[in-house]
Amino acid sequence: MSQGTQPYVALDRVAKVYPSPRGDVEALSDIDLEMAPGAFVSVVGPSGCGKSTLMKCLAGLVPITSGKIDINGHKLDGPPDAMGIVFQRDVLLDWRTILDNVLLQAELLRLPRADYRERAMQLLARFGLEGFEDRHPWELSGGMRQRAAICRALLCDPELLLMDEPFGALDAMTRDDLNVELTRIWQGSNKTVLFITHSIVESVYLSDRVVMMSRGPGRIVEVIDIDLPRPRPLAIRETPAFGAYVHQIRHHFAELGILKE
Amino acid sequence: MSFWRKHLMGESRTRDVLLVLAALVAIWELGVWYYEPPKIFLPPPSAILAEFLTTPGLFIRHMGYTLWTTLLAFAVSVALGIALAVAIVYSRLLERTIYTLLVALNSVPKVALAPLFVIWLGTGMEPKIAVAVMLALFPIVIDTVLGLRSVDPDMVNLARAARASQLQILAKIRFPNALPSLFAGMKVAISFALVGAIVGEFVAGGNGLGFLVLVAQGQFDTTRVFVSLVLLGLMGTALFYAIDFAERLMLPWHVSQRGEGGSQHGG
Repeated sequence: MSQGTQPYVALDRVAKVYPSPRGDVEALSDIDLEMAPGAFVSVVGPSGCGKSTLMKCLAGLVPITSGKIDINGHKLDGPPDAMGIVFQRDVLLDWRTILDNVLLQAELLRLPRADYRERAMQLLARFGLEGFEDRHPWELSGGMRQRAAICRALLCDPELLLMDEPFGALDAMTRDDLNVELTRIWQGSNKTVLFITHSIVESVYLSDRVVMMSRGPGRIVEVIDIDLPRPRPLAIRETPAFGAYVHQIRHHFAELGILKE
Repeated sequence: MSFWRKHLMGESRTRDVLLVLAALVAIWELGVWYYEPPKIFLPPPSAILAEFLTTPGLFIRHMGYTLWTTLLAFAVSVALGIALAVAIVYSRLLERTIYTLLVALNSVPKVALAPLFVIWLGTGMEPKIAVAVMLALFPIVIDTVLGLRSVDPDMVNLARAARASQLQILAKIRFPNALPSLFAGMKVAISFALVGAIVGEFVAGGNGLGFLVLVAQGQFDTTRVFVSLVLLGLMGTALFYAIDFAERLMLPWHVSQRGEGGSQHGG
């Protein structure tokens, strides 16, 4: 983590309250978080801890109740520029080919499609989808679909990439593959990534920094810097240093009564 | 053997349906020939065909009138229905007023209003179109509203995150997503439009298959009633499959996702 530089993302005492007939629901409480430019930050926590709400607030899709979010030095007011987003469901449009699905991002941003065609083809090739450009989503496996969704998010070269449990619905092997591919794409790209997951192992493997959240209300309980060398082969997960981080996080959740040890 | 196996014993829905129909017609023909019921109750299929062939031009002309009424009413229903559905989905006020009213009115027997349309619009094609639109509009509006709403919220979030306009979200996401529902509505609506046209012809006017049925009934000419009914049946079936064909042409992504090759869905 670089010290002294301005953080790319800064959350200052952010709270989010959803009003409901049976009383207000505090989804996020007192969230302080800084993300350095180009950092890979994971948020890990149990279901209902507000991690998805946190991402929607950061995406400018949901207004925050109090506090302040700065992105690249600007106060957040609606969806920020140069942001890509990936959800747990790939939300590809069935009536479009894979290439047209990726190019949707340019269309939505009102950028000329023709300028991004070449880049879309390159991205698809880098994610092993060469030759599938003209296929439709239903012809592809879940892993391939999610790869296409990541290509869509990366099309217009975002500075900030938000990922909400993107591999949560995939089988373990596909998930490993995509973890490797994602770090490969991210490394040296200077993209700031916020990655939401409920897998501790995944969060340690991918991240520079793991943010632990707890529920009722959703709050940050611990931030752990992951000081492991990069690039990280999958086998790094079997090293003692890796195991120690996983143990530390699991132990902490156990102390909070969220995980049984 | 393999030829027969393929063509007579293999899987073909259309062939099966045609075989059953042919069998029914044969039983009908033989039954009439054997039991000899009075002609006024049940003419044999051969007599119905012979009756049609005495004045084919007349039948075709009246069928054309009914077809034209049905198609006009269907076109009006689709255009009006889509516009209403979009308005309802985007306006909370319209949703609370028009949509609630439409859903409530859907259970009213709308054909009972046909005489009223004759008073208002005369005995030309207009009251018939009005009755047909009354019937056909509901399935289109209700199904399209359903389709426009049934978008994955994250799909809309994706567009909103890119600061897409409401119009972009409608054109690129919601509307294409609603097309399968719209087609489901149109398959019901085309049949309803035909019913509406016939009811309109029953009530007033001097044209159309509905009018022919009424006149033939007045003369106790059951054979002519049957000719009109058969033509109506053929027309209704053809119209339904025309929509089905258009759906296959326009929504290959949806049809192939359903994962079927035959026509196992009904309106």
